[in-house]
Amino acid sequence: MKIAVLLRPVPDPVEELELSDDGTDLDRDFLGYVLNEFDDHALEEALLLKDETGAEVSVWALGTADEVDQILYTALAKGADRACKLGDDLGALDSRAQATLFADALGDEAPDLILTGVQAADELVGQVAVLVASALDLPHVEVVVGTEPVDGGIRVTKEFWGGITGDYQVALPAVLGIQAAREAPRYVAVSRVRQAQQEGNLEERDVTAPEPAPGVKVVEMRIPEAGEGAEMIEGDEAAAADAIVEILRRAGVA
Amino acid sequence: MTQRVNPKVEPERVIELEEVVLEGMDISGHWNRMFEQRVIWDYDVDAMDRIIDLDGGESFGWCYQCAQCVAVCPVDHVGSYGPRKLVRWVQTGMDLFTSPELWLCTTCANCLRVCPKEVNLMEVMPAVRKEAVMAGHVPAELQDVFEKTARYGNPLGKNPKRRHAWTKGLEVEVPLISDLGRKVEVLWWVSDYPAYHPRGIDASRALARVLHRLGVDFAILGPEERHDGDSMLRAGEEGLFEMLAEHNIEVLNRYEFDVLLTTDPHAYNAFLHEYPKRGGTYNVVHYSRFLADRIDELGLTEEISQKITFHDPCYLGRHNGEYDAPRELISALPGAELVEMWRIRENGYCCGGGGGGMWLDGHAADHQRMRLSEKRVLEAVETGADTLCVVCPYEVSRFEDAVKSTNNDGRLQVLDIAELLAQAMGLPTD
Repeated sequence: MKIAVLLRPVPDPVEELELSDDGTDLDRDFLGYVLNEFDDHALEEALLLKDETGAEVSVWALGTADEVDQILYTALAKGADRACKLGDDLGALDSRAQATLFADALGDEAPDLILTGVQAADELVGQVAVLVASALDLPHVEVVVGTEPVDGGIRVTKEFWGGITGDYQVALPAVLGIQAAREAPRYVAVSRVRQAQQEGNLEERDVTAPEPAPGVKVVEMRIPEAGEGAEMIEGDEAAAADAIVEILRRAGVA
Repeated sequence: MTQRVNPKVEPERVIELEEVVLEGMDISGHWNRMFEQRVIWDYDVDAMDRIIDLDGGESFGWCYQCAQCVAVCPVDHVGSYGPRKLVRWVQTGMDLFTSPELWLCTTCANCLRVCPKEVNLMEVMPAVRKEAVMAGHVPAELQDVFEKTARYGNPLGKNPKRRHAWTKGLEVEVPLISDLGRKVEVLWWVSDYPAYHPRGIDASRALARVLHRLGVDFAILGPEERHDGDSMLRAGEEGLFEMLAEHNIEVLNRYEFDVLLTTDPHAYNAFLHEYPKRGGTYNVVHYSRFLADRIDELGLTEEISQKITFHDPCYLGRHNGEYDAPRELISALPGAELVEMWRIRENGYCCGGGGGGMWLDGHAADHQRMRLSEKRVLEAVETGADTLCVVCPYEVSRFEDAVKSTNNDGRLQVLDIAELLAQAMGLPTD
């Protein structure tokens, strides 16, 4: 089985996020980037499948941030077999452009399974997996919280609301949007990452960012403003608890 | 005389010579009785062999189970763990590499102090942990700290660009050495908790005021400084330590200074013993010694009418032999009385923060009856002290939490020596 994992760098909220001068984006000149947490889970799920089936795992990232090399080397150190960086200095790309570039690159690769995070810190609508599946005309399942290889395909657990989950059997090839891996993403020792960096087995391919497609356009981006109407409850824990119970009673829910 | 027969001893395997004189001493008969080899080892020795084959693991095999260490191991006092027991468990087949017991040792070095065989857990633990880390067997909370430290250069996961934000609004100047563009007498290695933790910042601001009053020509590195890495090394993340040390040495070698002043005993330890191996040799001084050597210039005039007890940090005291400087400073505080706990100096009890323990509180809580910091706070309360004085930035938050969790809130305050000195010098507070 060949598994491709799509990894996306997202702005690191440890630094103070600032808006660009035209107020339609983050000021990306001063941003640091980290791997999207959901993609980290997608990688972990792929590596668990590799442990179980001996699958070949490749990782793919678009050259949208300086940190991409580090992200790919870390994935190699964790156990990915191949890493490929698509383009360089691509700048920020919307989910449609990202999906187009990923789908173009993966078309010839013909992986049996494409995994990526169900969403990203800067892409909460969760479109990338769906659009990649659409471009490659593959079945897809979103909000996946576990996989199990079975004869003729893969069994996946999809999370719904209210604690409900559903199990699906999916024919391969397919695309999965991962909400959480079965296990927490594994630790990789710094010396292993540095070793991977020294070996430098990073494939690079030239790609060009597609023309922006007609779609959603950001008109204005704002930092949330502090609202009004919050009631601060004074006093120690016991007094605060009494006050909360009284509020719930008044609201008719207690 | 009838011979008592032990049913397990086969008489033909007893070796006894009738007449022997050895170096003039008559050891004839039962005095030279020996037995042929019998079964003394019923267990698989692989578990032990894997450890003693490691670079640094050899001494683990020297233990002869005398149990001196158990009496002084701080973890033994709050749980079932102890160095002698650990060796025995491994002798009987326990895989230490994947065992939770691997993460309980704080590398406080009290066992080594009393060990007649010099079993050195300060080398054994990092060696075994290194293998565990390479295999990915790391407690989740420690994994999180490793990742934060690798990414941001500090275990708190704070913004590295804001490392000097603690100096904001201070009425005295704390310059960055990169801004000065000249040699300074003292380069102050601030460390992570003094730069980012609210209570660490209190102590840093106090120390900045004290240094300023002393007229010391000093500067800090600010965003160029990263975690010293000492505790990461003890916790087995050698690659992370190497990465940090390479960066820090490159930065330090860029600047000229006479003294490298450290707040953190772990950084002090790294600069004394680890960085020189990698090309970074500095005249490093812990701030307690730096200030103790200037007691007469401090101008301690204000009354500190408190009973003060003092906690010896393992990496200042036992590891590096400095027990007196903090005590000299406390004794010089006008009106203050130093009251000692029962385990001090060479036998000082560990706060639990060393060897990665700083970031394993959850793990420790799962495998111990209480935290080491709680045990220590109870000892401090027993002395009747008002104040527990510390000189290690790991300790303020650990002990303040322990004061609350042992229901001693309001009975004992935890203060850094810099905060006490600033008070006694009549310096402004925030």
